[in-house]
Amino acid sequence: MTVETYLIYVVMPIISLSLILIFIRFLKGPAVVDRVVAIDLLITVGVGFIGLFSLITNNPIFLDVAVIMALIAFLSTVAFSFYLDKRERDD
Amino acid sequence: MTDILIMILSTLGAIFILIASIGIFRMPDFYTRLSITIKAATLGIGCILGAAAIHFSEFSITTKVFAIVFFLFITSPVAAFLIARTAYMTGIKLWNKSVIDELKDRYGFDESCEEEDKTTCTHTNTNKNEEEKD
Repeated sequence: MTVETYLIYVVMPIISLSLILIFIRFLKGPAVVDRVVAIDLLITVGVGFIGLFSLITNNPIFLDVAVIMALIAFLSTVAFSFYLDKRERDD
Repeated sequence: MTDILIMILSTLGAIFILIASIGIFRMPDFYTRLSITIKAATLGIGCILGAAAIHFSEFSITTKVFAIVFFLFITSPVAAFLIARTAYMTGIKLWNKSVIDELKDRYGFDESCEEEDKTTCTHTNTNKNEEEKD
């Protein structure tokens, strides 16, 4: 069994299952902050997914996408928390 | 040898990510969900990207992987702190079996509120009334 088949048939289904679970929480989260945390974790797991995909296809150019996605996750969380706080102050 | 190392690291990372997702799906409270999210996800991403670095074993790829992991380890606690503070200020309730709430008297629920401006004051007072109704 090579590494690629192991990654495709064992590791990728685990990551996909966890993505589905996080997306269920993203759909039904009771407050806005739950959805913000869920989408932060969704993008972070997406970084790991891209790392695995670049490992399977043996093509390291996809890791550039992972850098940008890690940056966007942090920026989106900070912006959401800033504006939620500001909206609460203004009401 | 490197194949076995890649398999072990990627499986470990996948299991960490699965634990984080089960935690965010099953935990009863916003704050417990947040705590399990940040710890497990950073470890899982570190393991998987470490497997990628071992597989390529090239200087530029290893530098890129270290940049991603370092950035995640620096920024995810900051983001967790900011979103938890926002959640506490907007009045997300704790789980009813939580043992301690150390910030309960810190955010202007007492007389010192009257010297501050009126907007935050009325907001905190309404929060206090809501808590007393429960």
